[in-house]
Amino acid sequence: MSRADGFLTEGYVRKTLIPPAPPPRRLGGPLAWVRTNLFASWTDGLVTVLILAALAWLVPLALRFLVFDAVWTGTSGEACRPEVVGHPVGACWAFIGEKINYLAYGSYPAAERWRPNLFFALLAFGAGWMLWLGAPKRAWGAAYLFVVFPVLAYALLAGMPALGLVSVATGLWGGLLVTVVVSMVGIVASLPLGILLALGRRSDWPVVRYACIGFIEFWRGVPLITVLFMANVMLPLFLPGDLTVDRLVRPLVGIALFASAYMAEVVRGGLQAIPEGQMRAALALGLTKTQALRAVVLPQALKIVVPGIVNTLIGLFKDTTLVSIVGIADFIRVLEAARADPRWSAPAVPATAYAFAALFYFAICFGMARYAGFIERRLAAGDAR
Amino acid sequence: MRVVRPRPALLLALALLGTPLPAWAEPAKTDSVKTDSVKTDATKTGTGKAEGTLAQVKARGHLVCGVSPGVAGFSVPDGQGHWTGLDVDFCRALAAAIFDSPEAVRFIPQSSAARFTALQSGEIDVLARNTTWTLSRDTAAMNFPAITFYDGQGFLVRKALNIGAVKQLDRATICLQQGTTTELNLADWFRTRGLTYQVVTFANSEQTLGAYESGRCDAYSTDQSSLYGERLKTAHPDEHVILSEAISKEPFAPGVRQGDDQWRDIVAWTHYAMLDAEEAGIRQDNVEQMRREAPSPDARRILGLEGGYGERLGLTADWVARIVRHVGNYGDSFARNLGDGTPLKIPRGLNALWNQGGLQYGPPIR
Repeated sequence: MSRADGFLTEGYVRKTLIPPAPPPRRLGGPLAWVRTNLFASWTDGLVTVLILAALAWLVPLALRFLVFDAVWTGTSGEACRPEVVGHPVGACWAFIGEKINYLAYGSYPAAERWRPNLFFALLAFGAGWMLWLGAPKRAWGAAYLFVVFPVLAYALLAGMPALGLVSVATGLWGGLLVTVVVSMVGIVASLPLGILLALGRRSDWPVVRYACIGFIEFWRGVPLITVLFMANVMLPLFLPGDLTVDRLVRPLVGIALFASAYMAEVVRGGLQAIPEGQMRAALALGLTKTQALRAVVLPQALKIVVPGIVNTLIGLFKDTTLVSIVGIADFIRVLEAARADPRWSAPAVPATAYAFAALFYFAICFGMARYAGFIERRLAAGDAR
Repeated sequence: MRVVRPRPALLLALALLGTPLPAWAEPAKTDSVKTDSVKTDATKTGTGKAEGTLAQVKARGHLVCGVSPGVAGFSVPDGQGHWTGLDVDFCRALAAAIFDSPEAVRFIPQSSAARFTALQSGEIDVLARNTTWTLSRDTAAMNFPAITFYDGQGFLVRKALNIGAVKQLDRATICLQQGTTTELNLADWFRTRGLTYQVVTFANSEQTLGAYESGRCDAYSTDQSSLYGERLKTAHPDEHVILSEAISKEPFAPGVRQGDDQWRDIVAWTHYAMLDAEEAGIRQDNVEQMRREAPSPDARRILGLEGGYGERLGLTADWVARIVRHVGNYGDSFARNLGDGTPLKIPRGLNALWNQGGLQYGPPIR
């Protein structure tokens, strides 16, 4: 008994004062920042030193390859050979420079390249409208990006003879254009489809619920590469001879359905995190179910799953490179084709091609991640209040 | 209190479910069934359609040609996406014969997995994608009208090793790419000769070449036509040599669908016309002069000044003149894409004309 008492007293009531500590030596300034952030403890200091050492080793290597030893001009692979240049050769940017049009448009006819350019401009405009939070009439921006823009883009890229736009077969599309088209279709289709599927999976109509579960589990259960092979290798054999589906549309549909199944599960995670009371309160206020869902439940649910959505979108963007395996000339595929050119055969060329691809994918994925980070902080501002 | 039921949204989801599933949910049909489905499909496209491939191509206004997505010398896109190469030239020659324009052709790069399907489904009219003609492929609902390039499995070795023949590679370590017939050919060849060797395999050509260059292997083996391109990627191409001897037969031939004899003839004779033109001395730079002067009866027949042989194929009388004017004869195309004028510097070898020690033999146009 007394033991427990003693424990309680000692544990919860101090009998002596803490000895007064001296004031902190420095509270501000760069030195204090370094002390608290980089060398706060013995292990912190060690990790900092190790990372600095790794950077000191890697950064000069990367800089030498990408900038100082790189060859910037030249008309053939000979220009990127060490014996011609006279020093060890890093990246052969001359190769990228020569092939840049092919990397951007593939075999899209040169006279019609203003069309992909206009497509990129319209896309940038739409994305800016929707993503810049201070833009006027952002609802219209969303309508433009999800409804008007796809129609415009199709007419522009595939052609519409009625409007004087020569039709350009999708087999001629390539490079950056195809990568952007494939990922845009994936993103634009998977978000709304995923939300519908997530709602369907939580429906209390058994038919709808089981249909959605079946759809989601089927598409999550097969690897993307299988889907693409089915779409581009097997499907044409099953279709009747006079029915052909465009070879770019087939993998596009596959990717959109595949991505929407993943998106559905991400969104469902958000929906389940919203307490039932939210919906009941909204109904008690007189909102219809659709209104309650649109105005109360979905905004909160989507806010929770922003990191998950962005994660899925980044994964989707990178997964689009798989279409190169089924013969779609995406960015990676055209890079591979470009470096098959015997005129540009040099030891530095493959590394250059992959370095360029890495920079390209990193820039886009990092951009997406940063924007998502900004949105998250922006949405979290409400919670801080 | 019941849970929410958002009706319009759900109906949409339901509608979306119904459409794609039946077409996709056929995973049971795997590769083993493929041949059968290929056959039924071929009969369908071959006999079911009233008009032949030539009529379809003419109606469409351009040829659709399946090529490799990038093989040095055979099909390579330039900086503007304009395709060049021996396989590409063959398709341009076909387009020139039909439309009098080498640009009336769309090139669809085909992965090796999808190439036969693309041909069967009618997505492409002709497959010119350095494809080896084998019996099993020939019987699987496609035809190979003519051999456009004789290739074979060869070896890249260092000059310093002073190796002149493959049998000197006894007890050598050989670098290969995984999952190709290269390994089987090698095993057959060395075993029947009682020689030993050691194989190191890699996932792709980059790694294989890297291992060879770093000295891990004495030789790098794959098709000779690719070895010339691989040699260019080494740090010092002059220090390596490709053995002239080949240990396998890899005849590259364009492919067409079975059941369209006219189209098969046109594809075969496009190649033969390029050979006959070379044999008769009709080149891209002298074709107009030859047409005016028309020296030999042979050349007169080839150029369509006599006979009217082009019409029998469903083309025009000047079909060969069109081919040579726009693309050149076989020798022109070879020199431009593979020969001494290019970094590849592939010798004619088996691909020389029959009267110059090679195997390229064009039947007479008469």
